[in-house]
Amino acid sequence: MNDLLDVSGRKFESRLLVGTGKYKDLLETEAAIRASGANIVTVAIRRVNIGQNADEPNLLDVISPNEFTILPNTAFCYTADEAVRTCLLARELLDGHSLVKLEVLGDQQTLYPNVTETLDAAKQLVKEGFEVMVYTSDDPIIAKQLEEIGCVSVMPLAAPIGSGLGVQNKYNLMTIIENAGVPVIVDAGVGTASDAAIAMELGCEGVLMNTAIAQAKNPVLMASAMKKGVEAGREAFLAGRMPRRRYASASSPIDGTIG
Amino acid sequence: MNIVLNNECKSVQNNITLAELIAGLALKGSRYAVEINQKIIPKAEHQHLLLQADDKIEIVRAIGGG
Repeated sequence: MNDLLDVSGRKFESRLLVGTGKYKDLLETEAAIRASGANIVTVAIRRVNIGQNADEPNLLDVISPNEFTILPNTAFCYTADEAVRTCLLARELLDGHSLVKLEVLGDQQTLYPNVTETLDAAKQLVKEGFEVMVYTSDDPIIAKQLEEIGCVSVMPLAAPIGSGLGVQNKYNLMTIIENAGVPVIVDAGVGTASDAAIAMELGCEGVLMNTAIAQAKNPVLMASAMKKGVEAGREAFLAGRMPRRRYASASSPIDGTIG
Repeated sequence: MNIVLNNECKSVQNNITLAELIAGLALKGSRYAVEINQKIIPKAEHQHLLLQADDKIEIVRAIGGG
C-alpha cells in the first residue's frame, strides 16, 4: 500500500516516530529503534561532558543522520528564547538541518506545554526558516493557530508525557484532526500498542513516543508491537469501521436453516 | 585568561583559537555545535576565531531524548 506520511513534502514510510531517551544503553537504543521501523527519530541537545567520558560513543554514530531523519527537540526549555537558541544549535550540529520538534514546557510536574511561549517560539522559528513540528496541548484553537503560524505538523498530547495513560482526549483529538491542514501526530501519553492503534484509528497521521517503548520490560519487543499497532490503526482508519449497533446482527444467513 | 566553558571557569592561554581549544578537549567525532556569548559559531570559523577573555562558550551534542 502506497500510503506515506507527508511532512512538509518529506515522505516517510513509517508513521511511528520514536525518541531515544531512557534506554539502558546505546545498544538497546539502536535495537529498539530498528525494531520500531521508525524513519523519524528524536534527540535532545545537551552540553558535552568536558573531561569525563570523552570516549563515550556518540548517539549520532549509532542513529546516523544518513539513515534516519533526526528530529532534534527542545525538551526542558521553559521559554521561547531557550527553545529558539536550542534549535539554532541543533541546526549547526546537524549541518543545516531545519526540521525540529518544538516543545516549550510549563512546569516539571505536568510537563504540560506552555502554549503562549510555544506560539511565540513557533513564530520566531518559522521566520528563521525552520520546519517546526510542535508539541502542544489538545486545544483545537491553539492547534489551528500553530498551523496558521506555519508549523508543518501539530503534535497534541494524548495524555501527559511519560504517563502511559493512553488516549484520554479522543474528542479533542478528533476536532483537531477535522480542522487540520497539516499532519496531526499524537506526541506523548501512549502506553501500549492498542493506545497507538486508537490514536491512528481516530485519524492521526502518526504517533510519537519514547517512554512506552524504553520503559517496557522488553523495549525491543514493545518497539515491534508499536510498529504493528500503528500500522493496524492506520489500516483500520483507511478501511472505515462498521457502524456501532445497540443490538445484535447475525453474521450467518437465516435462510435455509434446518428444523 | 579565563573563559567560561559549559558553565565552568577555565583558564586558557592568550590568543588561543576555538579550534585549538576544541582539539585540547579530545571530543570524539565532529558532531557538536558551538555557541560563544549566545551566538552560533559555524564550523568553518573555528579555525580562525580567537577567543577573548570572559567568553562564554557552550559546546553541545545530541543525546537520547523524546
